[in-house]
Amino acid sequence: MSVAKPLPHDAARLHVTGAARYTDDVPTPKGTLHLAFGLSRVARGRLTDLDLSAVRAAPGVVDVLTAEDLPAANDVSPSAHDEPLLSEGSVHYLGQPLFAVVAETHLAARYAATLGKASYEEETPILTIEEALAADSRFEEGPRVYSKGDVAEALTDAPHRVSGSLTLGGQEHFYLEGQAAVALPQDSGDMIVHCSTQHPTEIQHKVAEALGVPFAFVRVEVRRMGGGFGGKESQGNALAVACAVAAARTGRPCKMRYDRDDDMIITGKRHDFRIDYEVGFDDAGRLLGVDFTHYVRCGWAMDLSLPVADRAMLHSDNAYNLPTARITSHRLKTNMQSATAFRGFGGPQGMVGIERVMDHVAHYLSLDPLRVRQENFYASGGPLGEVRGTKKLGTTPYGMEVTDSVIAELVEALAKRSDYAARREAVARWNAANPVLKRGIALTPVKFGISFTLTHLNQAGALVHVYADGSIHLNHGGTEMGQGLFQKVAQVAADRFGVGMEAVRITATDTAKVPNTSATAASSGSDLNGMAVKAACDTIRDRMAEHLAQLYQTKPSAISFTDGRVRAGQEEMSFGEAAALCYQGRVSLSATGFYKTPDIEWDRIKGHGRPFFYFAYGASVSEVVVDTLTGENRILRTDIIHDAGRSLNPALDKGQVEGAFVQGAGWLTMEELVWDAKGALKTHAPSTYKIPAASDRPKIFNVSLWNGENPSDTIYKSKAVGEPPFMHGISVFLALSDALASGNDYPALDAPATPERLLKTWQQCS
Amino acid sequence: MEITFRLNGDAVTVSDETPTRTLLDWLRDNKGLTGTKEGCNEGDCGACTVMVTDESGPKALNACILFLPQLHGKAVRTVEGVAAPDGTLHPVQQQMIKHHGSQCGFCTPGFIVSMATDHLTGSTDHDTTLAGNLCRCTGYAPIIRAAKEAERAASPAHMKDTLPAPAVVTDTTHALPKTSDELAAWALNHPEGTIVAGATDVGLWVTKHHAELGPMAFLHACEDLKQISESDEAITLGAAVTISRTMAALPYAELREMFRRYGSTQVRNAATIGGNIANGSPIGDSPPPLIALGATLHLRRGDVRRTLPLEDFFLEYKKQDRAPGEFVEAVSVPKRADRLRVYKLSKRADQDISAVCGALYVPVEDGIVRGARIAFGGMAGTPKRGAHLEGALEGEPWTLEALDAALPALREDFEPLSDMRASAEYRMTTAENMVRRALMADEGELLSVAKVRA
Repeated sequence: MSVAKPLPHDAARLHVTGAARYTDDVPTPKGTLHLAFGLSRVARGRLTDLDLSAVRAAPGVVDVLTAEDLPAANDVSPSAHDEPLLSEGSVHYLGQPLFAVVAETHLAARYAATLGKASYEEETPILTIEEALAADSRFEEGPRVYSKGDVAEALTDAPHRVSGSLTLGGQEHFYLEGQAAVALPQDSGDMIVHCSTQHPTEIQHKVAEALGVPFAFVRVEVRRMGGGFGGKESQGNALAVACAVAAARTGRPCKMRYDRDDDMIITGKRHDFRIDYEVGFDDAGRLLGVDFTHYVRCGWAMDLSLPVADRAMLHSDNAYNLPTARITSHRLKTNMQSATAFRGFGGPQGMVGIERVMDHVAHYLSLDPLRVRQENFYASGGPLGEVRGTKKLGTTPYGMEVTDSVIAELVEALAKRSDYAARREAVARWNAANPVLKRGIALTPVKFGISFTLTHLNQAGALVHVYADGSIHLNHGGTEMGQGLFQKVAQVAADRFGVGMEAVRITATDTAKVPNTSATAASSGSDLNGMAVKAACDTIRDRMAEHLAQLYQTKPSAISFTDGRVRAGQEEMSFGEAAALCYQGRVSLSATGFYKTPDIEWDRIKGHGRPFFYFAYGASVSEVVVDTLTGENRILRTDIIHDAGRSLNPALDKGQVEGAFVQGAGWLTMEELVWDAKGALKTHAPSTYKIPAASDRPKIFNVSLWNGENPSDTIYKSKAVGEPPFMHGISVFLALSDALASGNDYPALDAPATPERLLKTWQQCS
Repeated sequence: MEITFRLNGDAVTVSDETPTRTLLDWLRDNKGLTGTKEGCNEGDCGACTVMVTDESGPKALNACILFLPQLHGKAVRTVEGVAAPDGTLHPVQQQMIKHHGSQCGFCTPGFIVSMATDHLTGSTDHDTTLAGNLCRCTGYAPIIRAAKEAERAASPAHMKDTLPAPAVVTDTTHALPKTSDELAAWALNHPEGTIVAGATDVGLWVTKHHAELGPMAFLHACEDLKQISESDEAITLGAAVTISRTMAALPYAELREMFRRYGSTQVRNAATIGGNIANGSPIGDSPPPLIALGATLHLRRGDVRRTLPLEDFFLEYKKQDRAPGEFVEAVSVPKRADRLRVYKLSKRADQDISAVCGALYVPVEDGIVRGARIAFGGMAGTPKRGAHLEGALEGEPWTLEALDAALPALREDFEPLSDMRASAEYRMTTAENMVRRALMADEGELLSVAKVRA
């Protein structure tokens, strides 16, 4: 059986030998041209003049495009059609593409792109939350509000109340492979695009709209990305569209990749938030009412900001059953890069809000924060959703009953395994003895909802061929960005046919093979595509079984497919021989598969329904040390237990957990985006924007998977694993805060908790 | 231009390229060797790491900021040349597969080359040697596991590169002086020219700013500038001594630890002490500790040589006491008792530019401060001594009370700026705290987060 095996990534050997090809590595035809964008140098205003004479005269330049040169749609937005590929005269952020250079080489294009002379009528940019609120600069007509019960009354009646505010920085994806695309014009007016994207179908649509042709004229292929993390859900549209338009104009293949600085200046990042909260609670720390207000900086275009902000609201409860709650969300339009999808998609921001509340309440009551968390956990569901213990099942603030919680028992196991109680005491002893270096420890849970909240996206397709020699061609709508999706789905296919992994040939995602796909996002890749592939494989297998049953005078159910062998009564043959027999018997050995997630319905305006098919759970405990002279700090130890259901591939899933944790910790600690007063991003390269390096992982790092299965009917009872473990990084943030908590005042730490913020908070609360 | 080097075992000659052509672009565009990746094009991410062997042995370097002329006479090994010619994977490749050390795989070739280089040289401090390879997927844990497990295996024979036969350079596009005399003559004739040592900064002028560098002289063949000499009083480092060699040569423990965090392995293997000084950056990390130690700078213009205290070289932001045609020839670092304290403060512990770099040499005789030398980077337009603070401490007891009374003087010495790395106030507060930390360190307090274990 191939599922549940810890097989390596399907391309591991190609990775380590350098043979794995990414978009920029694909050999291009002779005559390929290269593109670069000329960018706005102001954050807001109107173009009064755009002198491109020096650009056109620069060495190697073949063509220069402005908005006027575009043949059809000038739009690369994934949502509201508010994102022109090239400015039509108004400028909305510093870094916005104004024109595109087409040149003989990448370097010639990049150089020429610096030569444009733009004149602007500058306007004062709207940058901060306060400025946006004052100008009522926002998406949607007003704030969204989701609520449960009467929060005002609960707050009034509560024995204790605290309030506070927290800012959370954004995050640059820093996929190691920058955005890249190649467009190859075809003889018939068709366009083939190779692109580093999580969403080939959207690229297909945007390219077709830009060329003014039906979708069927455009084919998009993606073999792999060098990292995505949400940053290639919509942010690759501009490159693919620009290449396609230039290719159609020149008749030559066109290629574009962003230099790293351009990539960071042009593309969107994680949304930054301010979260205000007011909470009422009892002596035991049981929350009675929570009132959250989210202020979300969305940047200049809508992109995916509405569902991101929605998901933040949907994770404002995290693992806690809140008797009453209200979440108010302001989606603010600012003159900055258009914030976009990033692993967790708003969930992490919402979750930090409630985790901060838990710590604040515990500090107020002088209780162990873990104790307060445990008081508030959702009750555990059983394998069939029946209630364990005496607690009643809880309901989320958006009206969804939580039937599958394992958080209480998972946290109990983690606390025990990590020796939490004894280490908390040791931390206190250390802090009493050491005036400068302070330790902190925190245990935080994760409950993350799985499904796209835009319900219709929860569908997937697959295309499977069995060739007459028994080799299997596997294709589905999911994209490979490093998460191991292709291998996990191939394990499913091999299992359905009872063959070895070597029989299954993984192929590039291709809009011509599986149409109308959703982005590989929302952690849904394995859930959706695994099921679609299972359906396709089973269709073929059933046809084979039927034919072989006829041939060997038995029932189809008596035909078995295991260990690469097919058995029909007394007959036994290889899978290849069986395929050949079926071919000779004129059996179709090709099938599509389709899957749509059942049991979900969601009204995002009312904030009510069942947006998620199920929840993924986990918890982490981190211990840190902080230098109170400088704020320098280290993660000393982290223990994680994460719920991947019955894992399709425990090795790849563990890799997701480890990697997501470090990325999440980076978000909340050293990764700081800094804009200046004119809206220029000052941290636009790895020299100034610091993602974790090797020594930043915890010195002791114990990660294991929860031994359980998904009570919902998912592919082999597994659970989605891409995003949920990102939020284990919250334990680092709150451990840092805990290290500063030796004074009377609650250390109201903001994120990212850079050394500077840690020192400032220490000075304020000590 | 015509240069010769070995590429994955085979001798190659390159001509018809400009001297600012990077190895990375040449490998990918000309040779189709696309395993070496461009991640940042500025030497920060390590996705382009290649192994370069020269007369001093194999080392990892960033190909994105390595100009082709720098390779003349050397041997280059890319990720495509790490597996044996018969396809047998290198031990680090095998272990990376076994430990699931690649996810998206884009950083992996750079890691593989760094790891294979470490494997060849026997380096096992993986957190340090891999600090210049960024990975966004794995969280590094499986990569370090792989590196550790590969330690035990023998290094395959094909990794030991030999150097190509020295070829005569008949080149007119750039100078390749063999001695500082030749360099002095060239510099006198080309006062507008660019001297390229490791190219860890000059490389970015080209890859990021599209600069035309004018006449160029490459220093890697300049043997006397690569010398390290030692007298009873001082260690003298030629300007072209790399940071890696500087780190090994100077007998100050905290200086060594600072250099361990300076750039990355790839950067330290290319960057030179002369470059870090001559560049004049206010945030270069070597000047503050060398100033605190009382280092002397040796400058040369034609046949005229002069020396000056290192701190006097830095006049103001981007302005040094260096005449046209003059260049940094060497720096002499006094040998003193190791009381040097060096504090490099940055958002990320490894491979990050300092917000503040503080260096303190505070001699204490009978409890009294005598002749303190205190220098900071990141606090002014240049690396600079805290003269007022030094004066305020002189003759005072080395106690927290006396120090607190003296510390306001630091605000007379420095008016730091706010930027993306830190605010002015944070810089000032931490600079003060660094002085306190030096005193507390003398009192035996545990003060380094890096030394704490769970």
